[in-house]
Amino acid sequence: MPAGLNRALLTLAGAVVAVLLAIAICSVAIIVAGGEPLAALTALFDFGESARAQSNSIAVFLNRAVPLFIAGLAVAVGFRMNLFNIGVEGQYRIAAVCAAYVGSTFTAPAPIQITVIILVAALVGGLYALIPAVMKVTRGVNEVIATIMLNYIAINLSSFLVRGPFAGQRAEGELNVTTPKLPESAMFPDLNFLFEGFGMLPPTRNGGLWGFIVVAIVLGVLVWVVLERTRFGFNIKASGLNGPAALASGVNPKTMVISAMVLSGAIAGLIGLPEILGDRGAFNSNFTAGLGFLGIAVALLGRNKPVGIAIAALLFAFLDRAQGALQFAGIPPAVITIIQGAIVLLVVVANEVTGRFARRLEERRAAQQLGRNTPVEVTA
Amino acid sequence: MSADTLATATPAVELEGITKRFPGVVANHDIRITVQPGTVHAIVGENGAGKSTLMKILYGMQKPDEGTIRVNGTEVSFRTPSDAIGVGIGMVHQHFMLADNFTVLENIILGAEPSNVGVLDTAAARRRITELAEAHGLRVDPDKLVEGLGVGDRQRVEILKVLYRGARILILDEPTAVLVPQEVEELFQSLRELKAEGLTVIFISHKLDEVLDIADAITVIRRGTTVASVDPDNVTARQLAELMVGSELPTPETRESTVTDTVTLTVSNLTMQAEGQRLLLDDVSFAIHQGEILGIAGVEGNGQSELIEAIMGIRSAHGRLELAGQDITGWSTLKRREAGIGYIPEDRHRQGLLLEASLWENRVLGHQTRKPARSGIWVDRRAAKADTERIVEEYDVRTPGVDTLALALSGGNQQKLIVGREMSGEPAFLIAAHPTRGVDVGAQAAIWGHLRDARAAGLAVLLISADLDELIGLSDSIQVIYRGRLVAALDPSDITPERLGGYMTGAIAGNEET
Repeated sequence: MPAGLNRALLTLAGAVVAVLLAIAICSVAIIVAGGEPLAALTALFDFGESARAQSNSIAVFLNRAVPLFIAGLAVAVGFRMNLFNIGVEGQYRIAAVCAAYVGSTFTAPAPIQITVIILVAALVGGLYALIPAVMKVTRGVNEVIATIMLNYIAINLSSFLVRGPFAGQRAEGELNVTTPKLPESAMFPDLNFLFEGFGMLPPTRNGGLWGFIVVAIVLGVLVWVVLERTRFGFNIKASGLNGPAALASGVNPKTMVISAMVLSGAIAGLIGLPEILGDRGAFNSNFTAGLGFLGIAVALLGRNKPVGIAIAALLFAFLDRAQGALQFAGIPPAVITIIQGAIVLLVVVANEVTGRFARRLEERRAAQQLGRNTPVEVTA
Repeated sequence: MSADTLATATPAVELEGITKRFPGVVANHDIRITVQPGTVHAIVGENGAGKSTLMKILYGMQKPDEGTIRVNGTEVSFRTPSDAIGVGIGMVHQHFMLADNFTVLENIILGAEPSNVGVLDTAAARRRITELAEAHGLRVDPDKLVEGLGVGDRQRVEILKVLYRGARILILDEPTAVLVPQEVEELFQSLRELKAEGLTVIFISHKLDEVLDIADAITVIRRGTTVASVDPDNVTARQLAELMVGSELPTPETRESTVTDTVTLTVSNLTMQAEGQRLLLDDVSFAIHQGEILGIAGVEGNGQSELIEAIMGIRSAHGRLELAGQDITGWSTLKRREAGIGYIPEDRHRQGLLLEASLWENRVLGHQTRKPARSGIWVDRRAAKADTERIVEEYDVRTPGVDTLALALSGGNQQKLIVGREMSGEPAFLIAAHPTRGVDVGAQAAIWGHLRDARAAGLAVLLISADLDELIGLSDSIQVIYRGRLVAALDPSDITPERLGGYMTGAIAGNEET
């Protein structure tokens, strides 16, 4: 078996074991909480009674996965070179409010309008991530601390912007403040026709299945190509695996920190767009929060690889979606958070275990090779 | 088995039929060694021959699958090193295991603290350490901080640590690897005194001259098994080496000069200052010609690393660097590499390899911007893999394939891969820092061969090595570095390791300063 395939299979096996263990742990938590684990498990797969409800559940599930996937990608770009961009949370919020505002100031044909909004979001996210990057390369400020602090600034700044300079018309009796409504041309076409293709009813809740999922898939492929096939991706990997060796090989660590951080921030900038362009048409004060932090868990779970991140995002979204169904089954929905936390922890442990196992396996294979190539002649 | 003269005494250690299998490989196979008490018994063998596994078994770190261990005639079975310590076996590891910010005394008693009703009894410990030190000629100041000690002193502390725990049988793993000749002589003096006290020393080494100097009996291990037990009095270093590899072996000699008049690298007035005030490099100047190997001799920590990193552009320094007439002083590391500087780093795990990446990715490292690894913005995976295959073939890197992770390879094979990589793309100038450190004899000979061939083809080499035979054998000229200064230029054809050691420690030098 090729060495690469061997490692991949081991990783997969580790992840599966981790997920099963997490479910086992949660069963205990559910029993303690006075629930029935089997009922909970069925509730996880309960997509609703009516055909419409089922379509809606699937749409909600996929719609949740998209921003999680993008957040995971953003975090992973930094993680790949041991650069901990904890600031994804702040970067996407500030990018979302700016992009929503800029998008509302003009009207152009849909492709142009949407492209401009995406570019603005990426630009703002990238620029905001540039701050900790510059601080790191010029002053040696740890990026973890800098990005956490910048999160507070970004979160409060975006609240201020949506309330003040970027505030739009508030509807009668509406308590949320919001940016001005985007023109119709800014709304990303939905993918509800897919449901009809499968002979299902189109989902109706929250704008149906958001078309931004296509952008996310393209983005995932792009990130994979950049990380796995280009020189830039190689330099990121080398810097992450062994900084001194990368330096000795001619990689400039400062350039790498800045470019990786800006790339991470630019991707982070897109996290809020599925929701804005697919459903709300604006950034408002009850915009989904916490996606940046969840992205860290998703990236960890997905081992910083786009395919893994996609699976992790789907898993997280699947679990998140079940919160309502669990409540109906009389089980506290916080169980989901426990499962998610347990999975992340166990997967990190499983990665370590399978990683070591794989390494030992390879050492053994190499040692065998050594044995084969040396002529055997044991005479004194 | 030889050593019939001592056959009457009960052997201190007797290993019989020791076999240790790891899935897929046999690390040790039917090992038989008899160590007489009150002797220095050397165990020699290539890296990967199974010496370390054997020592781990003897020190209780691993359990043998078959065979028996007898200590002083009694059969023993160790589960942990403490069992081994219990019967009086102590081990001095190759890499010192000392806490820098502790004093010598604290380090020695660490983990075996004498207490008096729960209170640390420093006075008793001090008495005992002084006793031990005087009895065995291991002079150390018990109250000195370990961080201020040189390697020789540290090693004495390690030996005292083992003696303090009551060891009567000492295992020394490559004890001379880090010492200069003068320190080796001191160590041997201590070992002779230990021997005179009736202690038994098991001495593991690569350096055959030293083995012949100190050992009373020698056992050779090859491919996991004992192939010969010889008497040091009637064997030469060369015969011993041939027993180790199982074939004839080459020497590092390169006498026929290939030095040309064309200067490849000029270093002028290179100066580097530490954060404090001490100069790490002090006005270093030299030139290396095409086809010349310039050796830099020096005790580690006298500015060699700084010199290398300044030439590579990894650390900034004042002064001027010229490569083939071009001023490269302000160039980045990348540009210097592209201009044809190859780099075999002193610590391959730190600067030379991505351990958790495949071999072909390691081939790309340092060549990201050059053919065959590059194609536009892409990494050319196919070409990189093909070229890695070539290196594996030409440099005899033993690996299941080019997709194997670098960490799976033994040190020698990793080093051969690095040498192969740095030689690709026809470099004009190569920095070879400790090119054969921790590498077995076979790989060492191969690496020497490659350096010699490249030199003949016009490569300029800056060779830095702690192995003085290698330095003297390969170099066309030798410079000695001491406290950041080049203090002597020597001709390798009329210098002995002893004299070189004198220059390196500052014992011989006109312009010595403190």
